[in-house]
Amino acid sequence: MTGMVNRVAPIAVVVAAIMIIWYGFTVHLNAPWQIDRYEKAGTEWQMRDLVRDTMAQERPVLPAPHQIVAEIWKTTVKKKITSKRSLIYHGSVTLSSTLLGFAMGTILGIGLAVSIVENRAMDKSLMPWIITSQTIPILAIAPMIIVVLNAVGLSGLVPKAMISTYLSFFPVVVGMVKGLRSPDPMLMDLMRTYRSSRLQTFWKLRLPASVPFLFASMKVAIAISLVGAIVGELPTGAVAGLGARLLAGSYYGQTIQIWSALISAACMAAILVGVVGVISHLTLRRMGLRA
Amino acid sequence: MTGFQRTIATLGGLAAAAALVIAFIGSGEAGIALLAASLVLALAGMRHHFSLWPQARVDLVASLGGMALLLSRLDGDMPTASWPLLIACWLFGWLAVEKTMAARNLPKALSSVLSLAVPVFFGAWIIFAWEVLTIGLQIPTVLLPPPSMIAVRFAESTSILWADFQQTVIKAALSGYILGCGSAFMVAILIDRVPFLQRGLLPVGNFVSALPIVGIAPIMVMWFGFDWQSKAAVVVVMTFFPMLVNTVAGLQATQAMERDLLRTYASSYFQLLIKLRLPTAAPFIFNALKINSTLALIGAIVAEFFGTPIVGLGFRISTEVGRMNVDMVWAEIVVAALAGSLSYGLLSLLERQVTFWHPSNRRKTP
Amino acid sequence: MSQDSNSIPAIRADRLCLTFDSNDGPVHALKDVDLTIEKGDFVSFIGPSGCGKTTLLRVIADLEHPTGGAISVNGKTPEEARLAGAYGYVFQAPALLAWRTIERNIGLPLEIMGISRAEQAERVKRTLELVGLDGFGRKFPWQLSGGMQQRASIARALAFDAELLLMDEPFGALDEIVRDHLNEQLLQLWKKTGKTICFVTHSIPEAVYLSTRIVVMSPRPGRVTDIIESDLPAERPLDIRESKRFLEIAQRVRNGLREGHSYD
Repeated sequence: MTGMVNRVAPIAVVVAAIMIIWYGFTVHLNAPWQIDRYEKAGTEWQMRDLVRDTMAQERPVLPAPHQIVAEIWKTTVKKKITSKRSLIYHGSVTLSSTLLGFAMGTILGIGLAVSIVENRAMDKSLMPWIITSQTIPILAIAPMIIVVLNAVGLSGLVPKAMISTYLSFFPVVVGMVKGLRSPDPMLMDLMRTYRSSRLQTFWKLRLPASVPFLFASMKVAIAISLVGAIVGELPTGAVAGLGARLLAGSYYGQTIQIWSALISAACMAAILVGVVGVISHLTLRRMGLRA
Repeated sequence: MTGFQRTIATLGGLAAAAALVIAFIGSGEAGIALLAASLVLALAGMRHHFSLWPQARVDLVASLGGMALLLSRLDGDMPTASWPLLIACWLFGWLAVEKTMAARNLPKALSSVLSLAVPVFFGAWIIFAWEVLTIGLQIPTVLLPPPSMIAVRFAESTSILWADFQQTVIKAALSGYILGCGSAFMVAILIDRVPFLQRGLLPVGNFVSALPIVGIAPIMVMWFGFDWQSKAAVVVVMTFFPMLVNTVAGLQATQAMERDLLRTYASSYFQLLIKLRLPTAAPFIFNALKINSTLALIGAIVAEFFGTPIVGLGFRISTEVGRMNVDMVWAEIVVAALAGSLSYGLLSLLERQVTFWHPSNRRKTP
Repeated sequence: MSQDSNSIPAIRADRLCLTFDSNDGPVHALKDVDLTIEKGDFVSFIGPSGCGKTTLLRVIADLEHPTGGAISVNGKTPEEARLAGAYGYVFQAPALLAWRTIERNIGLPLEIMGISRAEQAERVKRTLELVGLDGFGRKFPWQLSGGMQQRASIARALAFDAELLLMDEPFGALDEIVRDHLNEQLLQLWKKTGKTICFVTHSIPEAVYLSTRIVVMSPRPGRVTDIIESDLPAERPLDIRESKRFLEIAQRVRNGLREGHSYD
């Protein structure tokens, strides 16, 4: 019980501090515009009015947290899911390409890792390029890939998912290679004494040993996959998805809309990572690897 | 020779034989050189059944010869026989690498040369195949321009590329990177003295590191204007948390015995920090610096999609995509890729110098 | 040094207690330990794991705080002794910093204590010779064998000329041949320098071979069950371990350990 309090209390304090700072900045950043308005209208104003009004602007420089929460509430619960203004609709568009990209990236990553571990030529020729591939700021050229694929008739889910795939395969390859190579040399020798074939060693030793590593990298992969999906929605013409909401919001100066899309994306990331974490925990416990 | 190598060799020989047959059926179209090359490669594949000249270099020469021939015949309508020949070249290249890698007890100098040569060979092969396929199959340049075209465009527009590089990489990414990493390092040192703050900030920092932070780009553009300052601000936020989390973790990575040791010397907090904890944290810090070098470029380029003066990698990419000048886009991608790989490479080199003692970098004789 | 300060014992423990709180209730790591160690003694602490021998050493070094009783080191509190640099501590593992050469590792305590560079170099050189590592100063720890690493860590503990040397199973991880060799060298070092040495071990021959006094301890609660004076001659070649007197002392230690065990 005290352990729980010890863990949660510092986080609560830090989050509370962030909230207080946030509200402070809301008043500070939105005040000039508000004062300007008071002066134009010639109204008398006091500090109390200023604080109240800076938190209720329509296009604030920085919206207050409760405004964002209200906007999210309005666009999720109160809107029909089919509506173009429903955040659930946009969220699901992003989610589906995230998951597709994540699935493809994980499969690709596992496949590459297996071939790298089992074949030295693959290891030597591929591994340096896999690392180099991630030093290329692919996210930055994502829009081009989307537009070009659109030009040849590939549109919708798949191009976005490909960006996510490109981003998410990397942590999986790296983690999985590490995992497949993690068995103790002594255990590998033991398998040799059993005349175990390469395939048997793979299924009975390497693969089980790699599972914890796989899950750890999948947590990274799904988070980065979401980032890929959102950036993939940024280019001109994207009409649906959280990224499109960000872009539309920035065009029309709808700061509250931007922030609500951003916070929803953050929540989605947290939930996705959490789900992978729970699956990982359950699987590892079933395998008897972790209590 | 292993069964796997034999399979590759057989497949390579079969592909070459197919090229030979197709070239015969197509009569004059293929030309004598292609016929001869196909024959040579088919024989090279068959030689494994008679255990003749099994050396890897024979396969390499066969592969390179085929490639040279294909390059010399490169144009819009290549004979059909070229494609099986291309496959044969690829298989022989792979076979050469496969055989070289299988050899045990290579001299140390040779094996370090190989560990560089093999990936370079692989990269060159990808570019070669890209060139042959895009030109030979007449793929529309809008979709994927051949590497030669990108190279020409790159050489022609160095001044534009240089200006974009300065705007995005030097001004936006680098300044944001230094500011973000620097401030995160300081904060990490400060909160290190307050365990309560640490326990609170670490989970929050870990959480934020997993978030799609690029999304704040439109907000930063609204706050800091169109020029590079807003991009640098995005980079600061993106690089801050990975650096914070890694530095804090690194500062905690010392072993109890080492801490006890310094305690027996009655060392002060700063002596402990400088002589033990910062060196221990160095590998963690470099890890963050490497992650952040890519993040900084991404942040700077993506932020330009939300508004920018008429210069910069992100600006150029988005406008040239609109004009369907895909070769220019690719030239910009090359710049970004070079900037990313070079900074990563430099950081790795620096890391090796600084953390030479770490088990992953050790050499028995310095 | 005056006669007066010489008569102060190096270590005096009086009804010393240390209790840890654990999930299964309190653990008595040390209970009512009474002990006096005179200057120049070579004292071994021996006992099964959990008997508190390492804890006792850590209390002397001010790395743990007693929950009862009194302890003094050179007539001072352990904390004062630590701040004064009164002892050198050798751990179970070499605990050498991987990014420093052997020289700079040995120089580490000297740097922290603010000793001048010239003096540092001179002392490092001297202690390297003392442990027989001259010529290896420029190497990094990971380039040396385990035995050499442990010798370097002993050199580090000697570098600042503390009167007291606390050694916590320093040779436990080494093979027997290296161990014999280092035991011999340690004895010579002790004779040469006249330091007080507290030495934790779980090897009976090692304890008997090295010590002037052997403190036998037993677990649950950790306490001293016997203190055995060794009257072996000062000159001890390795084959003294086959002598009758040696075997008698060893037998007494073994009996002491057995008695301690009969409690549980």
